[in-house]
Amino acid sequence: MGTFKVFKSLVIDSLDTITKGSKRYHLWMGFLTLVMLIGMYCYSIQLEEGLSATGMSDRVSWGLYISNFTFLVGVAAAAVMLVMPTYVLKDLDFKQAVLIGEGLAVAALIMCLAFVVADMGEPSVLWHMIPGIGVFNFPNSMLTWDVIVLNGYLFINISIPFYILFKHYQNKEAKKSVYVPGAILSVFWAVGIHLVTAFLYQGLQARPFWNNALLGPRFLASAFAAGPSLIILILAIIRSFTAFKIEDKTIKKIAMIVTVAAQINLIMLISELFKEFYAPTHHSESAYYLFFGLHGKNALLPWIWTAIPLNVLATVLLTFNKLRNNLKVLYFCCFILFVAIWIEKGFGLIVPGFIPGPYGKIVEYLPTGVEIGVTIGIWALGAFVFTILAKTAIGIELGELYYKDKNTST
Amino acid sequence: MSDNKKWYSLDLGLNNKKESSGTCGCGKTEGSCNSSPKEEELSADEFYEAAINASIGEERHRDGFEQVFDVKMDRRSAFKKLTASLLIGAGAVTTSCSVTTGSDTKEKAQIDWEEQFKGNYKLMTDEEKQGTINRLMRSYELRTHKKINMTAENAAEDVLFGYAFNISKCQGYMNCVSACVEENNQDRNSEMQYIRIHEMKDGEGFKFNKADDNYYHEVPAEGHFYMGTQCFHCDNPPCVEVCPVQATWKEEDGLVVIDYDWCVGCRYCMAACPYDGRRFNWSKPEVPEQEVNKNQHYLGNRMRKKGVMEKCTFCVQRTRKGKNPACVEACPTGARIFGNLLDPDSTIRWVLENKKVFRLKEDLGTEPKFWYFMD
Ligand code: SF4
Ligand code: SF4
Repeated sequence: MGTFKVFKSLVIDSLDTITKGSKRYHLWMGFLTLVMLIGMYCYSIQLEEGLSATGMSDRVSWGLYISNFTFLVGVAAAAVMLVMPTYVLKDLDFKQAVLIGEGLAVAALIMCLAFVVADMGEPSVLWHMIPGIGVFNFPNSMLTWDVIVLNGYLFINISIPFYILFKHYQNKEAKKSVYVPGAILSVFWAVGIHLVTAFLYQGLQARPFWNNALLGPRFLASAFAAGPSLIILILAIIRSFTAFKIEDKTIKKIAMIVTVAAQINLIMLISELFKEFYAPTHHSESAYYLFFGLHGKNALLPWIWTAIPLNVLATVLLTFNKLRNNLKVLYFCCFILFVAIWIEKGFGLIVPGFIPGPYGKIVEYLPTGVEIGVTIGIWALGAFVFTILAKTAIGIELGELYYKDKNTST
Repeated sequence: MSDNKKWYSLDLGLNNKKESSGTCGCGKTEGSCNSSPKEEELSADEFYEAAINASIGEERHRDGFEQVFDVKMDRRSAFKKLTASLLIGAGAVTTSCSVTTGSDTKEKAQIDWEEQFKGNYKLMTDEEKQGTINRLMRSYELRTHKKINMTAENAAEDVLFGYAFNISKCQGYMNCVSACVEENNQDRNSEMQYIRIHEMKDGEGFKFNKADDNYYHEVPAEGHFYMGTQCFHCDNPPCVEVCPVQATWKEEDGLVVIDYDWCVGCRYCMAACPYDGRRFNWSKPEVPEQEVNKNQHYLGNRMRKKGVMEKCTFCVQRTRKGKNPACVEACPTGARIFGNLLDPDSTIRWVLENKKVFRLKEDLGTEPKFWYFMD
């Protein structure tokens, strides 16, 4: 009963915090709400007309939604790069960053699930996918694995921070014996979600562009570059807008992670390019399409040729200690790296898988306005969720938010 | 199937004539390819066993409504149904809210409700299958005041359907394509077609990437040859493996089918199919009422809804009644041959045994039951 009362008070208090704030905060939330509403409107059009409202077709049957889904799984998985040092290696530096990281993971996962639902042709029978009431094609279908690991990861990433914050809210210390095993589990789990998501594509013999043993490891490397980049940017914003203190040291340590991951990612990219272009086979056609266009069809060229230079530039800049330790340069690098990987692991990965088609037919894909609207709406949803989570967490950590027991008699 | 195989191979029961027909994918000696090498002819039952084992193996033992679904059904209490529907089941509500009067409306709503929450066809008992087709027929009658005839025949024993395509004969007339569209009630708006006819240049061989599968000129065009593709009803279908909800599966007579009402529209199967065999309803499929083919099968040409997958079913509504698929019947050149692979006297067996047949992308191990040959 006592716990319940504390919980109720926490809910009320956090509602209080998230509805109050500076003018800027209200503007931000209002803006996000507006974007979300536009996204919902676009989604209602899609529900009404069917997926023909999107740019997808029988020839390119996955597009912007699945691209974003894939990328965001990586972002979610990357939160673990902060969890590990803090909880497991007892590196106190990361302590503040970690709650933010896990909040980010939760927001990213919610976006992932939203993208998957948005991509479904028949969302009204989605219950067919719920184990127990539907029919779950486990273990044959990698998609069922993905459903399990994503939801499991969501659960872990909600429960650990919640436990810690709940204790801090009552001004108690969180018990290590409770959250450390959870944290260790989430480390393995994070690698799992990303590998399983890669296997989703890697396991299709029909699509040579994906059916490639390097896909999984490359997913991990790029995720551990893009995710922490985003975390650095967010920490920078939080640092300048709230009283929450984040040391330079923390940011620099995360920057180290980004750098190593970006370097590994670049090596793998070179390996992939070598394989595709040194001795090109029929199976290299997708890569040709992506990088050079095929038979005059070249819709992806501007994208990939933005991504590759940005990726190389960021990696090179980050490699030099002097430049990396300059926060302005670091933020810039993180930003371009994030954009580069979003293109590469989203659009640049999903769309060429379908081009050329099974019989060599080239039909290009361009997202429609509706599709873009839904996508931006879901990103706004993610930002909205994250802002709420972060604001509450920061409130509790700063001690602004604590449990005021009205009948403290003993 | 013998246990020491490194890859999947199609077991057609062509044990004695494997070499000559060239259809065995396993590449091993005659004996090791065989499920029971000592016997010349398998008895019907044994063959049935072997064929099923080869196709679905262990899974079969878990199949059937009693074994899998009933347990789940128990737990599927009304409350859960309600919750699920409130969360995501907007579909039933919208459809049942149409404005007509009286008991018809009520009956319609009742049918919609039951249809929304029925189980997976694959796991239904025969009575349940009958129940759902009765509801679907009634629902069509209530909506359009016309009757349709829908059946739910199961696969017959000792039948494994296969197809052969004579490249020398095909002239690219595309009668098969239009016959298929009419027979299978495909969406007229998006001009969905299961069959694609690829027009290729003589002397260049099978250059699919240079072929034209969307031509509108007079055929046969000078210096060209034609070949058709559709779903090949693979014996080891990757599309079935990947479906997260088992909305698509291989029937015992080898047909790869889809339960349109169970599909959630994720299109994973489409990505997994190496043969461009699947089609998706990107918008609400429309067929003018007078053109609707009213002889339907649950797994075949019944009306689809938007957002679900469909594909060639070898005209299950015809072939399970002993007829040829519409494309075979419509082809004026006799390029298309269909039949029971397990019947040693069938034309398809004759073709496999006497012609130099080949299949597309054999290296993928999908074992299509669709062969090409030339005169
Ligand atoms: S051709 Fe494609 S859709 Fe048809 S059974 Fe094979 S993999 Fe499945
Ligand atoms: S689209 Fe339908 S049939 Fe295909 S994998 Fe998804 S649920 Fe299964």
